[in-house]
Amino acid sequence: MSSFITYLINGISLGSVYAIIALGYTMVYGIAKMLNFAHGDIIMVGGFTTYYIASVMGMPSAVGVLGAVVVCTALGVIIERIAYKPLREASSLSVLITAIGVSYFLQNAALIVFGADTKSFKSVIDIPSLSLMGGTVTVSGETMVTILSCIIILIGLTAFINKTKTGQAMLAVSEDKGAATLMGINVNRTIAVTFAIGSALAAVAGVLLCSSYPTLSSTTGAMPGIKAFVAAVFGGIGSIPGAMIGGIVLGIIENLSKAYISSQLSDAIVFAVLIIVLLVKPTGLMGKKIQEKV
Amino acid sequence: MKKFMCLTMTAAIVAMSLAACGSSTESADTETTAAAAEGADTEASEAAEGDAASSDAVFVIGGTGPLTGSTAIYGNAVKNGGQIAVDEINAAGGINGYQVKWIFEDDEADTEKAVNAYNTLKDQGLQMFVGTTTSGSCLAVVPETENDNMFQITPSGTTAEITAADNVYRMCFSDPAQGTKSAEYIGQNGLATKIGVIYDSSDTYSSGIYENFAAEAANQGLEIVGAEAFTADSKTDFRTQLQKLKDAGAELVFLPFYYTEASLVLQQADEMGWAPMFFGCDGMDGILTLEGFDTSLAEGLMLLTPFSADAEDELTQNFVAKYQEDYGEVPNQFAADAYDCLYVIKAAAEEAGITPDMSVSDMCEALKPVMTQIEIDGLTGQGIKFTEDGEPNKAPKAVVIENGAYKSME
Repeated sequence: MSSFITYLINGISLGSVYAIIALGYTMVYGIAKMLNFAHGDIIMVGGFTTYYIASVMGMPSAVGVLGAVVVCTALGVIIERIAYKPLREASSLSVLITAIGVSYFLQNAALIVFGADTKSFKSVIDIPSLSLMGGTVTVSGETMVTILSCIIILIGLTAFINKTKTGQAMLAVSEDKGAATLMGINVNRTIAVTFAIGSALAAVAGVLLCSSYPTLSSTTGAMPGIKAFVAAVFGGIGSIPGAMIGGIVLGIIENLSKAYISSQLSDAIVFAVLIIVLLVKPTGLMGKKIQEKV
Repeated sequence: MKKFMCLTMTAAIVAMSLAACGSSTESADTETTAAAAEGADTEASEAAEGDAASSDAVFVIGGTGPLTGSTAIYGNAVKNGGQIAVDEINAAGGINGYQVKWIFEDDEADTEKAVNAYNTLKDQGLQMFVGTTTSGSCLAVVPETENDNMFQITPSGTTAEITAADNVYRMCFSDPAQGTKSAEYIGQNGLATKIGVIYDSSDTYSSGIYENFAAEAANQGLEIVGAEAFTADSKTDFRTQLQKLKDAGAELVFLPFYYTEASLVLQQADEMGWAPMFFGCDGMDGILTLEGFDTSLAEGLMLLTPFSADAEDELTQNFVAKYQEDYGEVPNQFAADAYDCLYVIKAAAEEAGITPDMSVSDMCEALKPVMTQIEIDGLTGQGIKFTEDGEPNKAPKAVVIENGAYKSME
């Protein structure tokens, strides 16, 4: 029994990292209607920024996290301005290919700047792990912080979108770009703000990812990025609570199948579940059905 | 018009040969170490006169490896280890009375550049080849050496297929052999009987070692209580695998993969509060140099490695002292492998009685039959012999990490 709970907690721990990445994915998709495949690599940049500020320069970890948020926000806005904005009217396929290009660009730039050797990240979270059930089950501080951050971000984002003017503008842009322009909403500015927030979330995700799984290389963000994208689709892309639920469910399925079915097949099982969910519910768990006007 | 063409061609050929001379002079210069400065000067002037190949005074032995890039540490170690062996051999009168010239080219651990580097060495009169340092580039160069029938011994290329060609030998254990040797070592030293394994099922190196380990474990009376896989796509979370092995009662966990992932395994086991013995292969070498890694987590970690700089035999101590004097650092296993390679060539060359005026192919034909007869006491093992397949036959050695440094287990 205690093993089962351990597996479950490991799953939630992994899932909450996916969830926090998926939040950024789903937010950008929901509003800009584009898949930002460079999201995973912005996470990597966030990780490296924290690593250099906190571990190499020896500043407090809070400064490191703040530095990562600033750097990633700036990076997100710059990428949007240079790579995506000129393609606003282009087909979504061109934007998708550009996003993949940006992703490769960031990975290779990181190889040049940070070098090819893997670095060991020092966790920025200094909370002792929690011992449950007479010490047979431990929950690490990183896991607790990740889940907590996930919930705070979820609530914060929902409030931001529903309560603020910018948030309402985002909703309007997401529903109909043309009509939003006619209503006097600055679409470009709104999308830029979306990227800024999405990239700031990526920075936080990067710090939490690297704290939980402390290695850092130029491809650190790539695989979690893809898994988180799957989580976002699983939960219903564009839906903020969906991203969180999708991420955590994905993490749990992955770990339980690793524990009870086969450690080799766990990824295959995760994707099989995704296919089944999408067959039954094509918009994902929490996705809204969008009516196409003819 | 024809005449003009002829002239241009001649000019081009002259220019090319001059260029070749230039480059060989240059590399001879860069090889120059403080210790061998005088010798290298004369070599350089010889090379500048051109046609070093036909010079009957020296054996030309060369190697390639990454001297730049992320694996530069390996190539430089091979270059330096080889240089020390050559200096010693020359000081002791050379091979069959002929001096040895050691040349080395950078291949950046890249397949194409390795072939180019090998060709550059041939232009400098290469007669026997100690290379390449890394497995991938080695696989690319082997067809070339096979074609030339050039005698080749790789210090550190571990992929099994490298020695398929009959002109190619290997100084280190092959990937699959590491699995067998690890099981042998654990069994013979009675480290544990209940073994858990975590391996990378998407990597031939890791799964190859695991399969051979599992096969040999049965012969050694070891019980594999759990074998958990991971793949390149999910190589950060090992908590579930560790929990399963813990529940299965593993006393020792075998980790046949690279140190980057291993550092996570150690960290996550520590978080769980589980401290079994951990045992790794050559991929584990480097864990202490991982930037930012808390080396206290690696305390007690054992790894199979052919060489440990703290061994107390005279040979190792002299080598380490000389290496530190010349290059200012403690030699690693790559340097030791390269050093042994040169002595293998010396032993085989003396057994076969070859001379520098023989052709490359004749040399190789003369060396092949004696390779299975020689026996070497080297840095990486006592009584090293070679099998028909070109593989070394030597006892496995292991080190344990104590106070943040390798310590011999014997």
